[in-house]
Amino acid sequence: MVNDHLKQEIYFMSFRLATFLSVAILLLILVYVFKEGVGVIDMKFLTSMWSHRDITSGGIFPAIMGTVFLALGVSIISIPTGICTAIYLNEYAKDTLLTRIIKLAVRNLAGVPSVVYGLFGLSLFVVFLKLGTSLFAASLTLGCMTLPWIITTSEEALKAVPVSFREGSYALGATKWQTIKAVVLPHSLGGILTGSILGISRAMGETAPIIMVGATFFMGYLPNSPFDKFMALPYHLFILATQHSSPHAREYALGTALVLITLVFILNSGVFAIRYTLRRKKEW
Amino acid sequence: MMKYWARITRSNYRNIKEKSIEVFFSAISITALLILIGIFVFLFITGIQAFSETSPAEFFLGNDWNPSAYTTPRYGTLGLVTGTLMVTLGSLIIAIPLGIMSAVYLSEIASPKVREIVKPVIEMIASIPSVVLGLIGILFLSPLIAGIFGLSSGLNAFTSSIIVGIMVLPTIISISEDVLTSLPQEFREASLALGATRWQMIKMTLLPAALSGIIASIMLGLGRAVGETMAVLMVAGNSRAMPRSFFDPIRPMTANIAIEIKEVVKGSLHYEALFAIGLVLFVMTFLVNFISDIIIERQVGRFKW
Amino acid sequence: MVKLEKNNVKVEFRGVNFCYNEEQILFNVDFKVPSNRITALIGPSGCGKSTLIRCINRMNEVIPMSRMDGQVLYNKENIYDKHVDVVELRRRIGMVFQKPNPFPMSIFDNVAYGLRLQNVKDKSMIRETVKESLVKADLWVEVKDRLDLSAFRLSGGQQQRLCIARALAVNPDVILLDEPCSALDPIATARIESLLKKLKKEETIVIVTHNMHQARRISDYTCYLFGGKIIEYSETEEIFNNPQNKLTKDYISGEFG
Repeated sequence: MVNDHLKQEIYFMSFRLATFLSVAILLLILVYVFKEGVGVIDMKFLTSMWSHRDITSGGIFPAIMGTVFLALGVSIISIPTGICTAIYLNEYAKDTLLTRIIKLAVRNLAGVPSVVYGLFGLSLFVVFLKLGTSLFAASLTLGCMTLPWIITTSEEALKAVPVSFREGSYALGATKWQTIKAVVLPHSLGGILTGSILGISRAMGETAPIIMVGATFFMGYLPNSPFDKFMALPYHLFILATQHSSPHAREYALGTALVLITLVFILNSGVFAIRYTLRRKKEW
Repeated sequence: MMKYWARITRSNYRNIKEKSIEVFFSAISITALLILIGIFVFLFITGIQAFSETSPAEFFLGNDWNPSAYTTPRYGTLGLVTGTLMVTLGSLIIAIPLGIMSAVYLSEIASPKVREIVKPVIEMIASIPSVVLGLIGILFLSPLIAGIFGLSSGLNAFTSSIIVGIMVLPTIISISEDVLTSLPQEFREASLALGATRWQMIKMTLLPAALSGIIASIMLGLGRAVGETMAVLMVAGNSRAMPRSFFDPIRPMTANIAIEIKEVVKGSLHYEALFAIGLVLFVMTFLVNFISDIIIERQVGRFKW
Repeated sequence: MVKLEKNNVKVEFRGVNFCYNEEQILFNVDFKVPSNRITALIGPSGCGKSTLIRCINRMNEVIPMSRMDGQVLYNKENIYDKHVDVVELRRRIGMVFQKPNPFPMSIFDNVAYGLRLQNVKDKSMIRETVKESLVKADLWVEVKDRLDLSAFRLSGGQQQRLCIARALAVNPDVILLDEPCSALDPIATARIESLLKKLKKEETIVIVTHNMHQARRISDYTCYLFGGKIIEYSETEEIFNNPQNKLTKDYISGEFG
C-alpha cells in the first residue's frame, strides 16, 4: 500500500515536471526573442522602408504591411468560403456519399504540408492562371491552406448550438435559412470568429508557401495592387537569419521575429478575450 | 379565391428562395474537394513528367541528389527521404513521452486553476511561427548542442529533431488531453471504488481506454513533422549527402523543395523532379491522415452506448 | 373510445405508423383531437407520446432517418400531402418543449420572433401583439419593465411561460406541449396549468405529460399510450375513475412506471 502511494507520487511528479518543461520551453523562447530582439525596435525600425545595403539605416515597415495585407487577403478568401462550407455541412447536408467525401477532403487538407500548398499555388495560380508571383497568388494559396482549419472550427461552433434552439424556431414556422440567420449564426458567431482568427494568425507566420508564390526579400515600396510582389515578416527574418552578410543581421532577425510574434499574439489574445466574454455571457 | 392564390405563390416563392440558398451553400462547399483534387492533379501532371528522363528506380532508390551537376545530373531522393524520416523519428521520440505525460497531468492530476493557465500556454506554443523556432534553432540551440557534444556545427538532424519535437508537442498534448477528458466519469469512479490508487486507475483503466485516441494524436503529430519545412530548412544543415548519424547535417524533402524551387527553370527536369518529391510528400501525409482518421472514428464510436 | 361530433374534430390520426432508424415507434395509431379542449397524452417513458405529438406539426421531419406512413388530418386536410407547406402548418400549430428553450435574445425579441418570420414590419403592431401575448401567457406583469433583458435571466417557470407567449404571438390554432412542466417546481407548474385552462377557450391544446395528476387536473380527454399503441382514450374522468383496460388500470393505480 505504502509502495503504491510512493509509486504514484513519483509518477505524478514526473508528469508535473513534463508539463512544466513544455511551458518552460515556451517561456524560454519568448524571453530569448524578447531580450535579444527588443534592442533594435524603435520608431525607425517599425515605420521606415527597408534599406538593403546598410540594414541599420532602414526599417521593416514594408514587411509588416505585407504581412498585414496578406492576412487581409487570406481572410477575405477563406473566412466566407469556410463559414459557408461549415453551414452547408452542418445544417443542410444529408449523409450522402458526396457529403462524406467533402468531409474527408476537409480533414485531409488540414494535414497537407504547407510546402505542398506552395507547389500547388505555384503551378495553379502563378503559372496556370498567370497571376504571377503576387500578393493575390499568395493570398489564394494561403487561403486554400487555412480553409480546412476554418471549416473545422466553424463546424464545431455550429454543432455547439443546442438542438432546442433550432426546434423552437422551426416550431414557430421558421424556414431553415430563417433559423440559421436568426438563431444559429448569432449564437455561434463567437466560436466561428475565434477559429477564423486563429487560422489567420497561423497563416501570417507561414513562410514556405509564400517564398514560392510571391514574397520577395527586397522592395523599395509597398505593393500598389494585388498583382505586386510583397515583403513579409517571416520571409524577411528567414533571409536575415540565413543569407545576409551584415553583422547586424542577427539582431535584426530577432527584432523581426519579435514583431511577428507580437502580431500573432495580439490576434491570439483577441481570441482569448472573445472566449472569456462568451463564457461570461453563458453564465447569465 | 384571391387569398388562396396569394398564399400559394408566397409559399412557392419561399421554397424557391430556400432551395437556392441551399444550392448556393452546397456549391461553395465543393471548394474544399476541388482544392484536394487540384493539389493532386497539379502535382501529378508536373511531377510525373520527371520520370520521362529519370527512372523511378533512380528517383526512389538513388541516394545522390545533384540536379545541377555539369555532366550527369542525379535525381536520387533516398538521402532526402532518409533525412525526413530521421527528423520525424527524432522529433516523435522527444514529443511522445513529454506530450502524453503532460496530457495525463492536465486531464487527471492538475487542479482546474493550473489547467486554465497551462492549456492556453500550450496553445500558444502551437501558434509560434515555425520560422521563429528555426531562428531560435540557429542562434541559440545549435551553438549549445555543438558545445555540449563537441561538434564543429550544431546544424544537424539532432538539433532539428528537438525543434520539430517542440512544434509537434502541442498537437499531441491537446488531442490526447481531449481524449482522456472525454472518457466517461464512470470509468474513474468504478476503478477508484475497487480500491485503485489514482495512478493505478490511470495506468490500468484510462490509458488503455484512450489508447487509440492517443495513437491518433501521435499520427497527426507525425504528419506535422513530415511536412514541417522552415524549421528544418534553417536548422538541419542542408547537406545532400546520405546521413550516417543524428549528428550529421541532413536535408529533408520539404527543405529541399523550398530551397531549390526558387532557382529552377520552370518546366525543366529539375522543376518536375521537385514536384515529384512534393507528390511523394502529399501521398505520405495523405496516408498518415487517412489512418489516423480511421483510428479516431473508432475511438469516437467506442464509448457511445 | 371517445365519440366526437364531426365538426368538433381538430386533428385526426388515421393509421399512423412511425419508424426511427428501423425501429417502429408508433403502431397504426387512430386518434382524434377535439377542438377547444385539453387533451392529455400519458404513458411510461418511451411509449411514443412525444413522437405522436410531434407528428401533428411535422417536427419529426427534423430527425434524419425517420419514416412515417398513414394520414394526419388537420381541419380535414392531410398535412402530409405533397402540396402542404410545412412552414405554414407550423405557423398554425404552436409548440412548447420539455425544457424551456428561449432564444438567446431579449424577452421582447423572443416573442416578436414569429411575427418577424412572417415579415410583419409594423412596429406598433409588433409591440401590441407582444404585449397581448405576454398578458395571455400570464407573464406581462413580471416583465413589463424589462423587456430588453436577456430571456436567460428569467427563472425556469418564467422562461416556459415566455415560450408559451412566443407560441401565442403568431395566433396559432392548436398548441402542442411536450411535458412542459417536467423541469419546473410545483408552484411554477400550477401557474402554467391555470394558464392552460384559460387558453382552451381560444385554442385546441394537446399536452404530453408523465404526471398523471396533472393530466387529471387539467385535461378534458386523456389518452393512454403503451408500446407505441393507444391502449385507451376517453374523457378524463372516465379513464381515471373507471378504466376499461387492465394496462390502463395498472398504470393509473401506480403499479407501473
